[in-house]
Amino acid sequence: MAAIIKVKDINKSYQRDNFVVPVLNNISLDVEEGEFIALMGPSGSGKTTLLNLIAGIDKPDKGSITVADINIAALSESELAKWRSHNVGFVFQFYNLIPVLTAFENVELPLLLTNLSKKERKEHVVAALTLVGLEDRMDHYPKQLSGGQEQRVAIARAIVTDPIIIVADEPTGDLDKKSADDILLLLERLNSEYKKTIIMVTHDPNAASKAHMQRHLDKGDLV
Amino acid sequence: MKIPIKYSLRNFKERKLTTGITIVGIAMVVFVFAAVLMMAYGIEKTLVQTGSDENVIILRKSSTGEISSILPPDVQNIVSSLPYIAKTSGNIPIISYEPVVIINLDKVGGGLSNIIVRGVSPESIILRPNVKLIEGRFFNFGARELIVGKSLVGSFQNSKIGEQIKFAGGYWKIVGVFEASGGGFESEFWGDSKQVLDAFNRGNTVSTMTLKLNSADEFPLFKKEFLRDRRLKEFEPKIEKVYFAEQSETMAMFIRILGIVVTVIFSIGATIGAMITMYSAVANRTVEIGTLRSLGFKRRNILAAFLMESLLVSLIGAGIGIVLASALQFFSISTLNYSSFAEISFKFAISPSIIFLSLIFAALMGILGGFLPAVRAARMNIIKALRSI
Ligand SMILES: Nc1ncnc2c1ncn2[C@@H]1O[C@H](COP(=O)(O)OP(=O)(O)OP(=O)(O)O)[C@@H](O)[C@H]1O
Ligand SMILES: [Mg+2]
Repeated sequence: MAAIIKVKDINKSYQRDNFVVPVLNNISLDVEEGEFIALMGPSGSGKTTLLNLIAGIDKPDKGSITVADINIAALSESELAKWRSHNVGFVFQFYNLIPVLTAFENVELPLLLTNLSKKERKEHVVAALTLVGLEDRMDHYPKQLSGGQEQRVAIARAIVTDPIIIVADEPTGDLDKKSADDILLLLERLNSEYKKTIIMVTHDPNAASKAHMQRHLDKGDLV
Repeated sequence: MKIPIKYSLRNFKERKLTTGITIVGIAMVVFVFAAVLMMAYGIEKTLVQTGSDENVIILRKSSTGEISSILPPDVQNIVSSLPYIAKTSGNIPIISYEPVVIINLDKVGGGLSNIIVRGVSPESIILRPNVKLIEGRFFNFGARELIVGKSLVGSFQNSKIGEQIKFAGGYWKIVGVFEASGGGFESEFWGDSKQVLDAFNRGNTVSTMTLKLNSADEFPLFKKEFLRDRRLKEFEPKIEKVYFAEQSETMAMFIRILGIVVTVIFSIGATIGAMITMYSAVANRTVEIGTLRSLGFKRRNILAAFLMESLLVSLIGAGIGIVLASALQFFSISTLNYSSFAEISFKFAISPSIIFLSLIFAALMGILGGFLPAVRAARMNIIKALRSI
């Protein structure tokens, strides 16, 4: 199978005060379509940075990142925003739901960037929330949900646009064991049943064991 | 506008206190703003109401108002013999020869104020059918009696029926109270033209003449005749309503300019308040902004959402300010009329354009106050915003 994500020779450093802090050194990584990969490594090793680059919310200093034949490192900021809305689903450690919007409205948000009609949007949102098992919580606000439920809403939001890749940064980092297992099960299902390519950053070996492949970052090098 | 309005709406409901304070600030400024415009409009309405478009008033050209106008007897004779003037059944031209003078009266609460005393001819009753007695009787021609406009009753000492006021070396008895459809006459005393001239030693020189034409349409013809007479070249005829409307302009404009200057200064405070509120809203929602951006919303969507939030707050403030200001319609106040230097009493009056202007004014405060914070939100770097948990 062909690689859907091709990270080639990227460098990334951040400016902090007067220093340049190198974060990623000449990293290359191929991820095949339908893969479920876990990125591991110590704190500060650059996992989130690599994930952000692949998800198109950050740009490498050097090198190319090709996702489904598009070199996203060469896109302008506004092209990139549009690209993300179609191709990437985000799952964050702290769920990052909008507190003033209901579960339904949170999941609907990415669809507001598409040309779908209100009726079509509703169908998609209901389908996504049903898939994560929260069809009866659509009108609840995030603070009325448990952490595990919030993360499931966030997953529904990530898949509602039917993206090519799902990026998850410590998706179980803030959850108890039971909820974490539910989330991992859900991600496995998205991967096996819906053929989503998933890149998950995690510290948790149990979580990582659910992935097909584990990669380790250490001080900016992929090992 | 990709981010839904309910997002902006619910967000400001979340921060009740700061939003509440901002709303109160904007409501206060809008209240003052609307009140000033209502005051100017009220004065205009009152003065415009004073005149009739059926009547013609004759004044000296150089005069700034009735008080400073002088019409000598020969001028009065020439004017009264001009064509197109309506006549009574007894063939008398319908003309009121009016000395208009200012007297000082003691206010009930203390202090002196200028009040107009207008001498009128018997024909003025035909000229001004809207002047109606509401209490007592009409003054007798030939007697030192006065009727008082209803706005003055109770505001000045000795201004009730049966009482006497003193001016021009004599006592004048109040015998009736009149109304005049809310116009400026309601802030005047009226008496016999001849008695007033006598008391002030004016001979037969009146201030103005007000007359009725056979038909209001004949004014251009009448004016043409008037202008043709070289002896009248220092004088001019005007439609009474137009004249009083012009009189209101200076004053209404003065109030508007003063009021707008003052409220603009106030509005700086309210705008800064809105700005502080919005800056804190942006700071509290940094992660949210990063999240929205990563989902694909653009900088301009973020800008629009925060501007919308600020705009909604300011419009709610405007709504409250306008509702409060519209309650002022039930109050009447008096002020010095700068064209006659006499007190004039009027009611605050609201109009659709005042409401519209107040909304625009508030929207401007909201947009100006929200702009810099919204720009800060829009300029945020996604990565930094997401990392700021
Ligand atoms: N925007 C930034 N500005 C400056 N330094 C940054 C920025 N983002 C990341 N860094 C630095 O880059 C390095 C890698 O950060 P990154 O978040 O990728 O690590 P991580 O592997 O995800 O760590 P963790 O497991 O703690 O989440 C760290 O030293 C971090 O402080
Ligand atoms: Mg990280």
